[in-house]
Amino acid sequence: MHGLLSLLIWLPIAAGVVVLLLGDRNVALARWLALLATLVTLALALPLWTQFDPTTAALQFPESLPWIARFNARYALGVDGISMPLIVLTAFMTVPVVIAAWTVIEKRPAQYFAAFLIMEGLMIGVFAATDALLFYFFWEAMLIPMFLIIGIWGGPRRVYATIKFFLYTFLGSVFMLAALIYMYVKGGDYSIAALQALPLGLNEQRWIFVAFFLAFAVKVPMWPVHTWLPDAHVEAPTGGSVILAAIMLKMGGYGFLRFSLPITPDASAELALPVIALSLIAVVYIGFVALVQQDMKKLIAYSSIAHMGFVTLGAFVIYAIVRNTGHTTGTGMALDGAMVQMISHGLISGALFLCVGVLYDRVHSRQIADYGGVVNTMPVFAAFMVLFALANTGLPGTSGFVGEFLVIIASFRASFWYSFLAAVTLVLGAAYTLWLVKRVVFGAVTSPRVAQLKDLNGREFVVLGALALAVLAVGVWPAPLLRVMQPTMHHLVSQAIATKL
Amino acid sequence: MPETAFTWSTLAPALPEISLVVAICVVLLVDVFAGEKRAGLTSTLTLVALAVCAALTVEYAHVTERTVLLQGMYVADELAYVLKLAGFMVVAVALLYSRRYLVDHNILRGEYYVLALSALLGIFVLVSANSLLTVYLGVELLALSVYAMVAFDRDSGVAAEAAMKYFVLGAIASGALLYGMSLIYGLAGTLDLSELAVRLGTPTSLGVILGVVFVVVAVAFKLGAVPFHMWLPDVYEGAPTSVTLFIGTVPKLAYFALALRLLAYGLGGVTPEWTQMLAPLAVLTLVVGNVVAIVQSNLKRMLAYSTISNVGFIVLGFVAGTADGFAAALYYTLVYVLAALGAFGVILLASRKGFDADRLEDYKGLHQRDPLLAFAMMLLMFSMAGVPPLVGFWAKLRIFQALWETHHLWLVIIAATMSVVGAYYYLRVIKLMYFDDPAGAPAGAAPGAAGVRFALGLNALAALVLGVLPGPLLNLCARVLH
Repeated sequence: MHGLLSLLIWLPIAAGVVVLLLGDRNVALARWLALLATLVTLALALPLWTQFDPTTAALQFPESLPWIARFNARYALGVDGISMPLIVLTAFMTVPVVIAAWTVIEKRPAQYFAAFLIMEGLMIGVFAATDALLFYFFWEAMLIPMFLIIGIWGGPRRVYATIKFFLYTFLGSVFMLAALIYMYVKGGDYSIAALQALPLGLNEQRWIFVAFFLAFAVKVPMWPVHTWLPDAHVEAPTGGSVILAAIMLKMGGYGFLRFSLPITPDASAELALPVIALSLIAVVYIGFVALVQQDMKKLIAYSSIAHMGFVTLGAFVIYAIVRNTGHTTGTGMALDGAMVQMISHGLISGALFLCVGVLYDRVHSRQIADYGGVVNTMPVFAAFMVLFALANTGLPGTSGFVGEFLVIIASFRASFWYSFLAAVTLVLGAAYTLWLVKRVVFGAVTSPRVAQLKDLNGREFVVLGALALAVLAVGVWPAPLLRVMQPTMHHLVSQAIATKL
Repeated sequence: MPETAFTWSTLAPALPEISLVVAICVVLLVDVFAGEKRAGLTSTLTLVALAVCAALTVEYAHVTERTVLLQGMYVADELAYVLKLAGFMVVAVALLYSRRYLVDHNILRGEYYVLALSALLGIFVLVSANSLLTVYLGVELLALSVYAMVAFDRDSGVAAEAAMKYFVLGAIASGALLYGMSLIYGLAGTLDLSELAVRLGTPTSLGVILGVVFVVVAVAFKLGAVPFHMWLPDVYEGAPTSVTLFIGTVPKLAYFALALRLLAYGLGGVTPEWTQMLAPLAVLTLVVGNVVAIVQSNLKRMLAYSTISNVGFIVLGFVAGTADGFAAALYYTLVYVLAALGAFGVILLASRKGFDADRLEDYKGLHQRDPLLAFAMMLLMFSMAGVPPLVGFWAKLRIFQALWETHHLWLVIIAATMSVVGAYYYLRVIKLMYFDDPAGAPAGAAPGAAGVRFALGLNALAALVLGVLPGPLLNLCARVLH
């Protein structure tokens, strides 16, 4: 269907503008309109999956219009096996965000919904763009609604968190812009395909890799530029945390796969070891940091950083595999693992933040010490929370297992120690997540506030139920997801290990 | 052979200036005889006059190729045409925004409008200058009109102080300009810019370089580049806000043209010399402008330092030294004027009798008091910070590209880093408006004609629309400076 991607981008944005103009005069209308818009977007994203041709790595649903002749930049869209699942994930996750905020947001709800709708369109634009300048345009534009969401509807330290978030990501992105301009001046074309084909010397590749690395490492986020994430997550409203964790972090991983690996393959190979080291530090060290957190959201935030470490590990361990074994067996598995981990982590951390949101709406506290024995008063909720917690630890049968398993097995080909350190997450992840669950959910009721808790209402049940189904579906039967990614990952491996020198 | 007969074809390209002079005389006379009795007559008449002059310009003064008139003193080309139309529009909008402020501060007098028109005339003369003398004439006409406008509020001590500073420092700068011009004239033997362009070339004598130094100093002063920027924050803060709006927007077009005609064209033969002088100026300007703006508590002063940092970008376009760089500087100037027009317009519309919305804390919770103003300010602040999808991003990108093509890698890195530093104080304004609760500021939206608010809304939306579709304006700038 021609124009599907444009529709997916601009429909939520247009709906967001309409909701914004409607204002708070008729909040109910604004709510239903926002929900309708997200459901329609999700419905439109389904043909993207069903009509996707899983046999080719070429860009599908292509669109190309002239945009800025002066920069030779086109309004060019297209999806492949990497971006298509991410777009579907974006469309899927915005629906629970809108439903979860139904009556919870009291201050200017229409603007809240409008901000999320506009952000949904911009995020889909990031994944769908096949022109680097259009990609950068959407990448930066996305910061504005997120900045406002955290700053207006966030917690007590929201101003500090949102300004830190904005400046951190803005600084990283500016270096990416410099690298893009350099390659444009050299090659004359901003389209991603042309950049991927551009011949570059090793020194040029090193600098460009560093520039891209700064931008994407901040977004992922990788240790040590991760410090904005705990603050942003804790202070953001529930919906903001969900979108931040589920989608925005994935853009860093998407950037590595789309830009760093194909455009600077030699520099990526050369600098793969430091990146792997940083990923493993994220997995192990941040896992320990998560263990000592007192704030539920902060714990899940650190857990997100640790899980995203798997994504970058999977992306860059392919070079270690090739160097160690001399051939490419297992590299596809590593990239598959990275990709599945992105999707799975999006679902799981989104669901965990929604669970915390459910508790926060009732008790208005995120401190673990304020909870205990929630299972006694909210058994249905407890069941969901335990499911998502186990998925977070990587229990087989849930989506969390698939990605981690693939990456750990693939890194074994590179080095026993990579695999070992990555597998430490199985212990640490279980430690901090299950300890959280034990303190919050199980045991006897510890405070009168917990004793008065009411179980999930219909709205919350629908949201958590849908996510639970998705987590189980990807965990039990990941084949459809792996199948659509296959040719694209093959192509990416061939690009990533090819040499441009 | 210079044209000596005054026929229609030799004068038609100069129609903007001629019609503007007629307009000034008409407005002055009408104001003297009828302005006292009918309030608002002069302001309406001025707007009408601007519209008529603009229409005449579009109709008769459009030239497609460079035409030199009046014995080599005056040049009419595409650039002059575009800048003059932009000047008409910006002055009209500036006067529109200022009306209620002038009434509230009891300075709504006809002379204000006459001075504004004569400043515009000075800008036009400067934009179309083809001789050192015409350049100076335009600079002085603009400067003197603006000095008087800054001092317009007799009851304000800060305004008088600002006007004095501006006058004294401006006179020194004009003196430097004149001295540099005299050196160049003495060594090159001609005042005509096109002949200067031919006669000056490498190797250059030390005398010419000395002259160029003085000229660069004067241009840097007028633009507000560090270290000749000291007048800017004080004048912007001290002048009545409507005058700040005027001097923060329209003269930038003129000073761009000054730099272009004088440095890029007239002294084009010594481009390596003056680009080398401008490069450290640009770096200093970017650093000082961005860093000092962070500690400001007065919004007008903060916007003054923001002006300085934006001027740094414009100067970077000139440092590139190529036609592409100049086109980038032109685009940046136009985009910046659009954003500054709106930003100062917001300050004007947020002010009311007895409450000047000058300080940053006056904007706390503006989103709750006046959503339209807050939204417009947000769009403009993001545009100045250079965040997509606003047009300011494309302006910065254009400058980076021009610099990279001329191998000024370090300048790009510094400019990019400074623009991130600069993002902080723009974010702070948005934070005050959106994230804070209104405390002590008057509740409710400021009174204002719906038409003016509508114009401000369009102004802010233009920054968004031009940001999503930057092609036409980019092509225009490239075309007029091919």
